[in-house]
Amino acid sequence: MGGHPGGPGIVAVRGAHATMSGEVDVCVVGSGPAGLAAAAAARRAGAGRVVVVDRETSPGGILPQCIHDGFGLEEFGEAFTGPEYAERAAGDAACVGVEFWQGTTALALGPGPELVLVGGSGRQVLRPRTVVVATGCRERTRGNILLPGTRPAGVFTAGTAQRLINVMGVLPGRRAVVMGSGDVGLIVARRLHLEGCEVEGVYEILTRPGGLVRNVVQCLHDHGIPLHLGHTVVEVHGDRRLEGVTVAAVDADGRVRQGTRRRVPCDTLITSLGLIPELEILRGLTDGTVDESMRTGLERVFLCGNAAFVHDTVDCVTACGRLAGRAAARHAAGLRWPRRVARVEAGEGVRQVVPGALSELAEAARFHLRLDVEGFDVEVQARARDRPLARWRLRAVSPTQAVALTAGPARLERLRQDRTLAFVARPGKEEAGGRIHRR
Amino acid sequence: MAESIAVECVLCPGGCRVRVLADRTEGARCRRGEAHARQEATDPRRTVTTTVAVEGSALPVVPVRTSAPVPRDLQAACVREISRLRLRAPLYRGQVVLVDLLGLGVDVVVTRSLPAGRETLLPMSNPASR
Repeated sequence: MGGHPGGPGIVAVRGAHATMSGEVDVCVVGSGPAGLAAAAAARRAGAGRVVVVDRETSPGGILPQCIHDGFGLEEFGEAFTGPEYAERAAGDAACVGVEFWQGTTALALGPGPELVLVGGSGRQVLRPRTVVVATGCRERTRGNILLPGTRPAGVFTAGTAQRLINVMGVLPGRRAVVMGSGDVGLIVARRLHLEGCEVEGVYEILTRPGGLVRNVVQCLHDHGIPLHLGHTVVEVHGDRRLEGVTVAAVDADGRVRQGTRRRVPCDTLITSLGLIPELEILRGLTDGTVDESMRTGLERVFLCGNAAFVHDTVDCVTACGRLAGRAAARHAAGLRWPRRVARVEAGEGVRQVVPGALSELAEAARFHLRLDVEGFDVEVQARARDRPLARWRLRAVSPTQAVALTAGPARLERLRQDRTLAFVARPGKEEAGGRIHRR
Repeated sequence: MAESIAVECVLCPGGCRVRVLADRTEGARCRRGEAHARQEATDPRRTVTTTVAVEGSALPVVPVRTSAPVPRDLQAACVREISRLRLRAPLYRGQVVLVDLLGLGVDVVVTRSLPAGRETLLPMSNPASR
């Protein structure tokens, strides 16, 4: 690192298609933190030509719009803002010789692997030795949850609002309601408030906040923004522009409680309803299941970052990208594509686990889990049918924070004893974070 | 300080409710939590981040942050003061654009490098890039 101390950072390479001929060892799709880390790691692991393609004209993915700080505490030992992290990661990749083809969209992927790209000079087919898909996520929208009402202007996903404010310099409205309490929604609520848009409140259908405790405290409590747990938006009003929403209390099954409907005048509705991994380019080829080195089911194609698992922090995304990049370099250099020897499933108390497979080459693995349990001193087990193969003890867990479990060579040897293994978790001894659910 | 102050710990998913008293803390399950709660109760601070209008670049605003955390309750005042700035590209990450913000002894620093000229760094979704 340190190649661009205070320097101008990375400037987009336009018309890069001119240099598109020639063999490419690793082609990374997406220049967010996962893609940048994968590309840099691939070069460091010996890959010859490494190219990052991205439809935007500057690298970083969503980082440039995340102007708040707290990024990189694990990677760099200090709290960066999103734009700072993006510039460091892009600078690092550029320093080790990664090529940036910005303004280039990967349209389609095929076996080979083969990539169809479009950019300033038209369409081109690229046949790299390996492909790393690092396409991130899309936001769940109003349409995804079939929110009733009219279809006026003024309804934005949290990420869109964030981009409008922080990159385009546009305040989306004067009085906003935030639906859902995911981290981006909380962070955008604070930005709206500080930029002079009144935030009437944040409405969360569940009885716990969707985002981290840290964001509930620093984005809402710090600024006196009300959080309404067990409430949601049930209808949208307005003709051309949003004029208001109806909010209501809901029961545990998500049904509206009678007599709790209330109309809130507002010109802006921000939806923070969760993220969906962007796997469009893999559709019809393979699903989003990866092995311990982020290999997909399609030969010499990798998947990493939030497209593989919605990580909590950019540090985790970076680590995930690095894992994929290193492996991609080895396969570009001729390492044979391995068979999958075990399937990894989510059992009781576990909502999701990644990787979902282990390959015959696995020597160690890092598992990312979302749990359905919370509390202190929680035990997670990896089980083969009814036999525990490995255990981990966790100090404090909550469904809103992912956990990472490491299996070194000894543990992994045990995990590979069976063709199918399931991760299970039992509830903890005490309730964690219980009291932040008040209000 | 008041007899006791309640702090929600933000360091881990545990979310401990800590009571900070003059001579001790109660409810924290770890040492880091105790220290964090005491800091929050006596002198809570935050790094402020916002954007500033910029001329001569592809983008209309540039993100900035304070060089060190400022008192929690002055965040809005800091954003108001910073928003009075008008900058001109090129700008470099780390460049100080305001010294001694509100007499707090912290500076305002650019967090994204922006080259001069309208040609580079335009998001594709911006119609102006066509």
